Amino acid sequence: MNRFFDIPSDLQHDWLGLIGLHLREALLPVLAGLLLALPLAQLCVRLRWLYPPVLWVTTVLYAIPSLAFFVVLIDYTGQTELTVMIPLTIYTLVVLVPAIVDGVRSVPQETLAAATAMGFGPVRRYVQVQLPIAVPAIIAGLRVATVSSISLVSVGMLIGNQGALGNLLHDAQIYNRPELAWNSVLTSAALAVLADALLVVVRVLLTPWMPSGRSAGRSRGTGVRPETAVPALEDAAR
Amino acid sequence: MIRIDSVTKRYPDGTVAVDRLSLDIPDRSITVLVGPSGCGKTTTLRMINRMVEPSVGAILIDGVDSRQQSVNTLRRGMGYVIQNAGLFQHRTIVDNIATVPRMLGWSKDKARARARELMERVGLDASFAKRYPYQLSGGQQQRVGVARALAADPPVLLMDEPFSAVDPVVRKGLQDELLRIQAELGKTIVFVTHDIDEAVKLGTMVAVLRTGGRLAQFAPPAELLSDPADAFVEDFLGADRGIRRLSFFSSAGLDLLTAPVVAIDATAEQIAARGTTEAPYALVTGLDGRPLGWSEPDRLTAGQIDVGRLLPCGRPFVAGQDSLRAALDCAVLSPTGWAVAVDDEGRAAGVVSQASIAEAIRGAHAEGREEPRSTGAGVQKVIR
Ligand SMILES: Nc1ncnc2c1ncn2[C@@H]1O[C@H](COP(=O)(O)OP(=O)(O)OP(=O)(O)O)[C@@H](O)[C@H]1O
Ligand SMILES: [Mg+2]
Repeated sequence: MNRFFDIPSDLQHDWLGLIGLHLREALLPVLAGLLLALPLAQLCVRLRWLYPPVLWVTTVLYAIPSLAFFVVLIDYTGQTELTVMIPLTIYTLVVLVPAIVDGVRSVPQETLAAATAMGFGPVRRYVQVQLPIAVPAIIAGLRVATVSSISLVSVGMLIGNQGALGNLLHDAQIYNRPELAWNSVLTSAALAVLADALLVVVRVLLTPWMPSGRSAGRSRGTGVRPETAVPALEDAAR
Repeated sequence: MIRIDSVTKRYPDGTVAVDRLSLDIPDRSITVLVGPSGCGKTTTLRMINRMVEPSVGAILIDGVDSRQQSVNTLRRGMGYVIQNAGLFQHRTIVDNIATVPRMLGWSKDKARARARELMERVGLDASFAKRYPYQLSGGQQQRVGVARALAADPPVLLMDEPFSAVDPVVRKGLQDELLRIQAELGKTIVFVTHDIDEAVKLGTMVAVLRTGGRLAQFAPPAELLSDPADAFVEDFLGADRGIRRLSFFSSAGLDLLTAPVVAIDATAEQIAARGTTEAPYALVTGLDGRPLGWSEPDRLTAGQIDVGRLLPCGRPFVAGQDSLRAALDCAVLSPTGWAVAVDDEGRAAGVVSQASIAEAIRGAHAEGREEPRSTGAGVQKVIR
């Protein structure tokens, strides 16, 4: 058991160091994805015709396995974290754009009319009315994106030690130490569960105006259902 | 004054929602736009605050084209109230109401103080201030909607079917409240509804629109009921417009008989002195003067009046304050066919028969015909 946390020196990090690395590689893309998704979703809401093609493109991108992305990107960005983070950003975008668009569109017509009639310009209306009301849907999307991103980072081991906790899987094989594989799987699962729980707390804090007892993910048909463990396992198969 | 000057609205898909509409909306009064669904009421209202731009024609506010000022300035000077209130579900009640003052740059404290003041004005308990919209009933939300529209004290209030999603009892309460607020604050209100009763009750002037967005008639409600411009308006007013018109005539002119009113402790002489010729029944009142019920005259024995055996006298009308419609309603519902009039404090003021109410109605109609159009403003509007 004491060898469980004994990380081979070729990984250049101890266990906590790997966790920090893993979180950075997983969460930076989520953040980048969120920052890109907000204006893109706003555009899709304003220009209705834009949404179907955007949705189509993102779905196609989502269908591409991460390994394929790595193979293409490696020519440009080399064996770096960036090569891992770019596909993760795209996956986040794919999840968040529809979540935000649906969330923003679920704002009742009367609310929008009232805002316009009070003299809200389009930007103020988006930031002060539509986005806050879409927060539950956005966080539901963020939960899915975060959990899958945490599990997908491990795939980075395939392009040479860029998988953070995932690299333990490789080491488990070459040093014949199965406990390292267990460590990798359990630690990233724990990170995913913790990150997910944190987002739930954030959601509760941000939406005191929601009737209690109505869960964010299921309300208003956002189409995004955060069921923590399931997407993590599915995505691990990519 | 808001002047709608031969305005036409054609939507991009070719629908003509409003067709060469001209209306002069008088200041400090309630103008109601009424008509069947799809006749362009909402479109007209939204052209006033430029949420919809007219295709042809112009809207003048105090003689100036509304397009001369920026839309947001224009809109912040016009409160807007809609069905289901359209509250911001993510903000507390007090912050909902404070929205426009905050946008106008008021400090948070000042805006919230103003919001609390308005909550009181629209009859909302202060304990609602920190709640969220989902915690309020439909009627309460509607009050918040009205308070929010009034927050920055705009001279104009635009209301689009604000009370149509609440039940009739709450609706009546909100309507009375609106009349009271209007009397206190003197706003220029443009009110959209498809309910002709609401239009007649609230409107100083009523514009009836027909499908296709054309004006059918623009008149005070009393005139609408007495002289509908055409078959469409007449049909829209419904079958009982004659009865409804009676709401505009005061019961002040009715001849009340006091002889048939007998106090419960009346002496034998007082009972004997009661005029037996005019009314077939006597109205027995309690010691406080309130009506208790009807009695057949030969059953009256001094000192032995049995309250339990009296015929019920039903709901009375307030003499001089209620309308002829209320008086007639009381007479029709009374088991004796006679209506009971009371004073402000509920004491019996006299009784009146269906026949003499009918006479008063004939008199009022004759008067109404003598001075047509102008009576509109002249007839005292009586609200039950
Ligand atoms: N944005 C739009 N594009 C095209 N047609 C529209 C649009 N808005 C309204 N219309 C049409 O214009 C007409 C008038 O609509 P409007 O909403 O003004 O009616 P309304 O009198 O308010 O009806 P209701 O009582 O049902 O609310 C209708 O035939 C409607 O279908
Ligand atoms: Mg309408």
